[in-house]
Amino acid sequence: MTGPALLLLLAGLAFVGWLSARARAVAFRAPKRRFSSLPGHHAWYVALWTILPPLAFLGVWSLVSPALVTDAVLATPAAAQLPPPGFERASILSEARELAQGDAFGAFQPLARALEPAYAAAQARYDWIATAVALLLALAGGGWAYTRVRPGFAARTRTERIVMGLLLAASLVAIMTTIGIVVSLIWEAGRFFARVPAADFLFGTHWSPQVIDPRDPGASLGALPLFWGTFFIGAVIAMAVALPFGLMSAIYLTQYATPRVRSWVKPMLEVLAGVPTVVYGYFAALTVAPYVRDFAVGIGVETASSESALVAGSVMGIMIIPFISSLADDALAAVPASMRDGSLAMGATPSETISRVLLPAALPGVVGGVLLAVSRAIGETMIVVMAASGVANLTLNPFESTTTVTRQIVDLLTGEAEFDSPKTLAAFALGLTLFVITFLLNMIALSVVRRYREAYE
Amino acid sequence: MSNHPPKITATHVNVWYGAKKAIDDVSIDIDQDSVTALIGPSGCGKSTFLRTLNRMNDTVANARVQGDIRLDGEDIYSPDMDVVQLRARVGMVFQKPNPFPKSIYENVAYGPRIHGLASSRSELEGIVQTSLKRAGLWEEVKDRLSDSGTALSGGQQQRLCIARAIAVDPEVILMDEPCSALDPIATAKIEELIHALKGRYAIAIVTHNMQQAARVSQRTAFFHLGQLVEYGATTEIFTNPREERTRDYITGRYG
Ligand SMILES: Nc1ncnc2c1ncn2[C@@H]1O[C@H](COP(=O)(O)OP(=O)(O)OP(=O)(O)O)[C@@H](O)[C@H]1O
Ligand SMILES: [Mg+2]
Repeated sequence: MTGPALLLLLAGLAFVGWLSARARAVAFRAPKRRFSSLPGHHAWYVALWTILPPLAFLGVWSLVSPALVTDAVLATPAAAQLPPPGFERASILSEARELAQGDAFGAFQPLARALEPAYAAAQARYDWIATAVALLLALAGGGWAYTRVRPGFAARTRTERIVMGLLLAASLVAIMTTIGIVVSLIWEAGRFFARVPAADFLFGTHWSPQVIDPRDPGASLGALPLFWGTFFIGAVIAMAVALPFGLMSAIYLTQYATPRVRSWVKPMLEVLAGVPTVVYGYFAALTVAPYVRDFAVGIGVETASSESALVAGSVMGIMIIPFISSLADDALAAVPASMRDGSLAMGATPSETISRVLLPAALPGVVGGVLLAVSRAIGETMIVVMAASGVANLTLNPFESTTTVTRQIVDLLTGEAEFDSPKTLAAFALGLTLFVITFLLNMIALSVVRRYREAYE
Repeated sequence: MSNHPPKITATHVNVWYGAKKAIDDVSIDIDQDSVTALIGPSGCGKSTFLRTLNRMNDTVANARVQGDIRLDGEDIYSPDMDVVQLRARVGMVFQKPNPFPKSIYENVAYGPRIHGLASSRSELEGIVQTSLKRAGLWEEVKDRLSDSGTALSGGQQQRLCIARAIAVDPEVILMDEPCSALDPIATAKIEELIHALKGRYAIAIVTHNMQQAARVSQRTAFFHLGQLVEYGATTEIFTNPREERTRDYITGRYG
C-alpha cells in the first residue's frame, strides 16, 4: 500500500474510533450526574490511541527500512558482481533504488538495471510488513482504549497528558536536530584534525586548499587569513558602518522624533532588515564594487581589487543597521525617563543628556547588541560569496581582496571532491570554528543584555 | 509675609495637556525666605504647576502653558529666556530618587561640569564636598565617593539628588513629594535638611503628608481640580482655613 493511502486509512480508523467512543460515552450519560469527562474527551482519547502508535512505528520504520531493503538486495545473487564498498557501489545501489521506485527514466549503469527487480521485490515485501504492522497497532491501540471508555474513566486528563507529550516531542525535535548537527560537525572536524594538526590549521598563515601536499596537508590549510578576513569584514568594517548609523538613528528615534515621525521611520528601517541577503549581495558586487575600485585607483591604491574587503564589509554593515538600531532603541528605551528628566532639570541640553547620561546608562545593552550583530555578520554568507574574494589574503588594506570563513566553506564544498579528503573535511573544521565563535559571542551578548535589564527592574 | 519682593510670581497660569485643562487660572508668589508647601488631592495639578516653574513641562510633548511667570521679575516664558540657565537657577528634586548610574562623586559633579562652574579639579572637589555637606550626606559617603550612586539606600539617594541640585548653586529648589518613597527616619532627615536649607534657597515642596506640610513650611497652597483654592500662612491654613474644601481636606474628611 502506498504511503498516502495508508495514512488515509489510519485517519479513517481513528475517525471510526472517535465516533464509536463518543457513541458509547453518550450512551452511559445520565441526567443529573456529573462525569469527569465529556463524550468528546473519550472520543479523542480513543482516536489518539488509534493513530499515534502506528504513526510512531512508521516514523521509526522509515529510518530503518532502507537499510533492511539494501541488505536484502545485497543477499541476492545479482549483487555478487557489485564493486567493493565505496563511492561507485553506493551510486549503483542508489540508481537501482530510484529505478525501482520509478523516479529515474533510464539506467546509466547496467548493473543498476540488473538489481532493479531485487530492489522492487524487497521494497514490496517490507512495505507489506509495514502496512500490516501499522494496521495491527492501530486496531490494538484503538481497541484497548475503547475498552477503557467507562463512566468513571478520566479521559479528559489522559487526553491532556497525551497532548502535552506531543508538544514536548515537537520541541524535542528541534533540540535533537541541533544536537545532531553539532555532533556531526564535531565528528567530521575530528576526522579533519586526525590528519591535520590543529595548530597548523588555527595558526597557519598559508591557505590554498586547491593544492594540498598529501604528505603535509597542514602546510596549505592554515586558516588564520580566513579568520582575519572574517573579523576584518564582519567585526571591523561592517561595524564601522553599522554602529554609527544604527546608534544615531536609535538616538534620533527615541529622543528627538515625534511619535508621528517615529511611526513612519521605524517600519522603513525594518524594511531594510527584510531585504534578502542575496539582494544585498548583488548590490555589493554590481553597484558598490566598481565604484569603490575606481575610487581607490583614483586615490592611488594600485592593489585595489573589485572584490575588496571594504565592499563586502560596508554592504554587510548596511544590512546590520536596522539590527543595531532596534537593539540600541530597546536599550535606550529601557533607561528610565526619570534619568532623562533628572539631567534636563539640572539644565543639561538634550545632547548633553544623551551623551553623558543616557548612552552610558544604555551602554551594556548597546554592547550586547553589537556583539549579537557581530555574530550575525561573521556568519553571513551570501554577501561575501557574491562580493568578497576567494583568495586568502592577510592584509590590513580594506581595498585589497580578502576572504571569509563562510565564503571558503562554500568554495570547499561546491564542485566535485571526495568526501574524506582533507580539503572537504576542512570545511567542517571551519564550520565548527565558526559555530564555536558565534555561540560564545551569543552567550556573552545575552548575559550582558540580561544583567543590564535586571539593573533597571 | 516678608519684606523682600517675592522670588517667583506666577499670575493667571493655565496649563493644558492636549485639550484637557490641568491648571486653571492659578496665581501664587513664592517667597525667597520661606518654604512653600503645595498640597491637594491626587491629580489636582500640584506637579504640573511645580513643573511650570522650571519649564520642565516643555519636555512633555502635548503640554501647553499660558500665563505670566517671573523669576526676580524676569519672564521665564519669554523667547529670550535661556531654558538651560533657568533650570540651573531653579533646581528640582523628584518624587522617586533618580541618581544617575555613575559614582557618587560624578553625580554631584555632573551639574558643575556641564555648566563649567569649576575651573580646576580641586575647585570641583570643593563644590562636591560643600554640596554633600549641605545635603547632610558627607559623613555617610566621604569614604566611598567612587561607589555607584545607585548603590545607596533610598533616603541617601534622595539626599544625593538634593546635593546634585545644590551643586549648581540654584536660587530656587522645587521638590515634588521628595519623601514619598522614604521611611520615617529618612523622611525626618530630609525635613531637617529642608529646615537647614531654608533662607539660602527659596523652596517649594509638594507633599501629601499634612503633618509634613505643617512642620516644614511657612506658607501653604491648597489645590483642588486644577484651581488654587486657598493660599496663605501655614499656621493660618491649618488652624483657621477660610474655605470649606480646605478644612475638609486637611482634617481628612475630603472625598
Ligand atoms: N503628561 C501628561 N499628559 C496628559 N495628562 C497629564 C499628564 N501629566 C499629568 N496629566 C493630568 O494632569 C492632571 C494633573 O496632574 P498632576 O500630575 O499635576 O497631579 P498631582 O497633583 O501632582 O497628582 P499626584 O498627587 O497624584 O502627584 C491629572 O489629571 C493628570 O491626569
Ligand atoms: Mg504629582
